[in-house]
Amino acid sequence: MKLALLPTDWLMWVVVLVVLFWVWRVRRQALSSQNWQKVFMRPAAMVSGVVLACFVSVALLDSVRWVDADRKGDAALSVLDRALEPLVKARERRYSAPLAYLSFRKESIDRDGQTVRDYPRLKFGGAHLQDPEGQWARDITERSAKALAKGLALVFVIGLALSWLLRKSPYPWRWAFACFSLLLLLAIWAAELSAAYHVLGTDRTGNSVLWIALKSIRTALVIGVLTTLVVLPLALGLGVMAGYFRGWVDEVIQYVYTLLSSIPDVLLIAAAVLLLQVTIDKHPELFATALERSDARLLFLCLILGITAFTGLCRLIRGEAMKLRELEYIQAARAFGVSSFGIITKHIVPNLMHIVLISLVMQFSGFVLAEAVLSYVGVGVDPKTPSFGVMINTARAELAATPVVWWTLVTAFVFMLMLVLSANLFSDAVRDAFDPRARQRQ
Amino acid sequence: MSSPWLRFLSRKLLYAFAVLIGINLATFALFFQVSSPDDMARLQLGGKRVTPDAIAKWKAERGYDRPLYYNANASGYARFTDTLFFDSSLRMFIFDFGRADSGRDIASEIKRRAGPSLALALPSFVVGLGLSISFALGLAFFRASYVDFWGSVACVVLMSISSLFFIVAGQFLFSRLMQLLPVSGFSPAGADAWRFLLLPILIAIIGRLGAETRFHRSIFLEEIGKDYVRTARAKGLGEGSVLFVHVLRNALIPILSASVAIIPLLFMGSLITESFFSIPGLGSYLIEAIGSQDFAIVRAMVFVGSVLYILGLILTDISYSLADPRIRLQ
Repeated sequence: MKLALLPTDWLMWVVVLVVLFWVWRVRRQALSSQNWQKVFMRPAAMVSGVVLACFVSVALLDSVRWVDADRKGDAALSVLDRALEPLVKARERRYSAPLAYLSFRKESIDRDGQTVRDYPRLKFGGAHLQDPEGQWARDITERSAKALAKGLALVFVIGLALSWLLRKSPYPWRWAFACFSLLLLLAIWAAELSAAYHVLGTDRTGNSVLWIALKSIRTALVIGVLTTLVVLPLALGLGVMAGYFRGWVDEVIQYVYTLLSSIPDVLLIAAAVLLLQVTIDKHPELFATALERSDARLLFLCLILGITAFTGLCRLIRGEAMKLRELEYIQAARAFGVSSFGIITKHIVPNLMHIVLISLVMQFSGFVLAEAVLSYVGVGVDPKTPSFGVMINTARAELAATPVVWWTLVTAFVFMLMLVLSANLFSDAVRDAFDPRARQRQ
Repeated sequence: MSSPWLRFLSRKLLYAFAVLIGINLATFALFFQVSSPDDMARLQLGGKRVTPDAIAKWKAERGYDRPLYYNANASGYARFTDTLFFDSSLRMFIFDFGRADSGRDIASEIKRRAGPSLALALPSFVVGLGLSISFALGLAFFRASYVDFWGSVACVVLMSISSLFFIVAGQFLFSRLMQLLPVSGFSPAGADAWRFLLLPILIAIIGRLGAETRFHRSIFLEEIGKDYVRTARAKGLGEGSVLFVHVLRNALIPILSASVAIIPLLFMGSLITESFFSIPGLGSYLIEAIGSQDFAIVRAMVFVGSVLYILGLILTDISYSLADPRIRLQ
């Protein structure tokens, strides 16, 4: 067993560490921990936080990967890959509808020596049924009931434990628990039925759509998180420098972001992605596996997306830093001979952090949506990387077919809506708690 | 026109010139990093068995055989002027875009495609702005009630749905299931044009409605908290006339000033919507040019886009100072 983390895996774990460190620091500061308490006092924030946490755990499970010594081939499989291996192995040959036992399209099959056009049985979905027409509905109901019983028992136990543990908690944890229970029930149901069916159907090459959707979560979160990671230092560093030093520094930085924002984003991104593609084609020795290649493209996409997106926040920070530097306490610090570096790090940046936090949280969902659009145009992630944009792209052709293949689009829609909606709701709560102007309004 | 105006305009124009040169350089560098003139020639001439002679001829016809930035063979200023970059950039400033690699005149193509772009962008901008302002005003009128709460929830949900879903689902619903409208395409004039435009306009409006309504609502709420509103209420005005007369008029200043920046960019059309509905506008022109690696078109489109963007910035500055005389032009 050999750990084989990709660059984006490393970065994701670095972000996790940074966030943990930051949480530890916030807990020791009265003001920010008060603000965070305000965030979590809101049921909407609690619920969306739970959904986000579930997505993040799936993404992190998909970010630890290792190569087995005894396994053939050199592909590193993540924890999620290993957990979902039955789904991958249960691959069909073509499309099949959710929970189906027959293939979606008619094929010529050999039956009792004669060739007939009919819907063939699936290799995996409902293969255990002797008499599908009669048994199917009963089988589904039985399995669902079993999943429900298991799930409810688990929810009951967890609920009891939590209500004892959190009996004095002021937070609306019951909302969070309700949401968590719902997700848990769904997950158990999906797991139970996945033993014999494809819960969300299969795609053109017979892969389980549920598997693709779960794998897409990591792509979406990597884009959201790592692009944020690119935006943060660029916007904060350049914005503060422009606002604090003014003069020619300000002119140069303003020039750079005016330049960047007046070139259409699609062009910059397309050019950068093509550039990377050319580099990959010219130096195939840089990347050993297809996985590493698509990972490099993902990372590069985050980088260029961050470069196109940092200008807005940079402008905001510049304006705020300009306001702050005229305040008396900064002038006092200057009069006491504090260096510019000291003033910026000790007095200006901490007073900007609420703006940075609010806009970073708000931009996150925008990046997830942007990934979908870019992949759709063809300059996003590698077409072989599972992602919501690629899913929607394939769904477009499927919707034009007769009969309509609807499950890919619906799955992508539901997963994306859950992720982006909870990100938006959470960022709303963060903004209301941290923005002094929003506080005044209430 | 007094002298601060002149000084303001000349300063801005000088700045615009510097930005445009930078943009040209950036586009140029980016594009030629991606594909060298040889690659472009091979792509345009098609086929794998293109002779070196044909490539050289193709490059010579389009001037791509010259050095990119620095001509070591020339002397004096010609070292910088007799290059591909200098020649092609300079002509852009008099809006002479030359010909596309396929041989078509770019300027006339842009003129031809501006119409369809505007036909899509203008109605969706105007109607979308009107709708979102009305909705936001409604939410602000019923603020802190269930109407406001569920309205805001609806806005967040709308914001959270990728515009791709609206496009894909809209095409499926209206064109395939109900057979009401064509899936995509465009007819330049006549009674048929609206049938092609209705769906894209509708989708463009819905796609932006959530975010815009929320933004405008927050502007209205901020305005409502100000002192003049309290004065208006104190002198006995009803909530309706406070909101629809006083607040609306004052809130329109930031809203319209923010919109001014967008108006010039409407000419550029909407990249995504146009290419999905195959509307022959400027947005799809750029996407196609990126796809076929036609550098001349990309450069021209980026140039036009940046000119419009900078125009928008200048107009915003002017509109702010017109709306609020306290803001001085600098």
